[in-house]
Amino acid sequence: MFQKKKRMDMIQFLDPEGNVVNSTGFPKLSDQDVKKIYELMVLSRVFDDIGLKLQREGRMLTYASLLGQEASQVGSASALEKEDWFITSYRDHGVWISRGFPISMLYQYWAGDERGMKIPDNINALPITIPVGSQIPHAVGIAFANKLQRKKSVAVVYFGDGATSKGDFHEGMNFAGVFKVPCVFICQNNQWAISLPRSRQTASETIAQKAAAYGFEGVLVDGNDVFAVYKATKDALNKARAGKGPTLIECYTYRLESHTTADDWKKYRSSKEVEGWQKKDPLERLKKYMRKKGLFKNEYEKKVLEDAKTKIKTATQRFESITPAKPKDMFKYLYETTPQELNEQMKDFD
Amino acid sequence: MAKINLIQSIKSTLQQEMEKDKRVILLGEDVGRNGGVFRVTEGLWQKFGDNRVIDTPLAEVGIISVSIGLAVAGLKPVPEVQFDGFSISMIDQIYNHVGRIRKRSQGKYSVPLVLRIPHGGGIKAYEHHSESLETFFSHIPGIKVVTPSGPYNAKGLLASAIRDPDPVIFLEPKRVYRAIKEEVPEKEYTIPLQKSEVVQEGNDITVIAWGAMQRVVKEAARELSGKYSIEIIDLLTISPLDRETIIYSVKKTGRCVVVQEAPKTCGFGAELITIIQEGAFLSLKAPLARVTGYDIPMPLAKLENYYIPDETRINKAIEKVMSF
Repeated sequence: MFQKKKRMDMIQFLDPEGNVVNSTGFPKLSDQDVKKIYELMVLSRVFDDIGLKLQREGRMLTYASLLGQEASQVGSASALEKEDWFITSYRDHGVWISRGFPISMLYQYWAGDERGMKIPDNINALPITIPVGSQIPHAVGIAFANKLQRKKSVAVVYFGDGATSKGDFHEGMNFAGVFKVPCVFICQNNQWAISLPRSRQTASETIAQKAAAYGFEGVLVDGNDVFAVYKATKDALNKARAGKGPTLIECYTYRLESHTTADDWKKYRSSKEVEGWQKKDPLERLKKYMRKKGLFKNEYEKKVLEDAKTKIKTATQRFESITPAKPKDMFKYLYETTPQELNEQMKDFD
Repeated sequence: MAKINLIQSIKSTLQQEMEKDKRVILLGEDVGRNGGVFRVTEGLWQKFGDNRVIDTPLAEVGIISVSIGLAVAGLKPVPEVQFDGFSISMIDQIYNHVGRIRKRSQGKYSVPLVLRIPHGGGIKAYEHHSESLETFFSHIPGIKVVTPSGPYNAKGLLASAIRDPDPVIFLEPKRVYRAIKEEVPEKEYTIPLQKSEVVQEGNDITVIAWGAMQRVVKEAARELSGKYSIEIIDLLTISPLDRETIIYSVKKTGRCVVVQEAPKTCGFGAELITIIQEGAFLSLKAPLARVTGYDIPMPLAKLENYYIPDETRINKAIEKVMSF
């Protein structure tokens, strides 16, 4: 007889009040490391806040807010080593910011200037992927190449709960399991794919359990607990680097804003639900923990916020003062050597 | 010099390029121990091992999209899809990613893969195994679409495709695989991409064809050789197109017939006729004509020879244009 198994345990170290509920395996982070994570979370939130404002003022195109997912993004990205790859979707600004990608370029890209995706040489990342889930097998390919070339680099790929319904997810996960590649799959289950709840994407009890079908480990973490996310990612990276294959991490979190600025969440979910999740705010949770640890004073909070605002302001000024792209730029970089036909078409702009 | 068929030519070129460049790897369904469904990669797994000839799960989207990652991270993957009809699910990844990553990364990354597709009909295969898809691929910016017509040009084109820094879709006319043998030098050589070839010079009419249709056109022209001086162009690279060779030829002959196996509407022949109209209008002595497949799914084996353009249909079109 088929017996329903007990739901997978969720890794959690902090409760929403910032109390340590589980100290076994609590990640080894110095006070400095914790502060750095906090500062990146604040920076991501200010980036987001200003991104939404710029969009409302017509200075930014449609923008997808990360609000509520700071711990999932900063916690995981902070565990990467310099040589690791990250491949993201469109809501993962916190990952890019944590990996040191220039903030002005991130805005530049989201304002419709493709020059913003010129990724600096010292960062291993693919340009942000828009078609949902299509980046998952790219990461598997990169991980496979790393394995074949005996590089220590791991590929970390970010996607949402909606992406797990797609064939790309299945084919990518399946390849990863078969070839045991050094890849970490991070699913930010933010409960909503535009207007559709998680229950409309899959009948599985958890997303993490899907890994079992591909022959590797899946872990479920509290995506609003930055230490749980950090720890799960670090463990998965170490495992991948040791040649022990891929891991799927489900970060159980929540999208507090609408899907994008072109969407209105009030059409499909209740204020009560959103308010419930606001009480689990990942940034507030970390603050409470730090306060209890004596790492957090009011001046520090003020200073971090001011610093973040200054950085974002500088980035905004920088991207808005960039010389506009020339029409001919749209023909650039398509081929290594531009074909004759394109040279002809480009003459429209002489 | 040894006379070999198209399969032997492609296989020896793959081997030669793999020996030359360690980054070149093959992947696909049954390409390893089994040597591929058409035996194109036979013996290569035994020679190069698991890490360079990779049998993959049965997943076309996985094959192309994993190849993207392999290419971005420093390898030169040569994925194989078993039959044309199964490459259609790959078009999502080809359109959205393969052709765009160089541009989207502002030149930081490239995707130097070569997707090999046994292409077209004429071998009495199952449904979905005999499609002509060059129009789909040539409409996608950022990739190159190449098709050899025989063992000799296959070797030079495939070597160029593998060494090319941009993604190439390599359409192998499966009807030609074992049909003819040509003298192919053992020594390596390349044939430049984006360059079409005038395979027969003539003054009365230009006939343009590519892939498997090239052989049919040559036979048709032979039948009319006492009557007309026919110039034949083999495109070799479909996209980006070598406009100059075509325009130069039609300006000289003033007449042109385009032959394609694919369905008629929006086929690549329509593009050729447009560029001839743009570039050689004042030299034209007769309306341009095309001989194509029909706007129906490729019929099953019993009727496929009625679908695929043959010498009779081609010659009828030539006569019609010549008698205008």
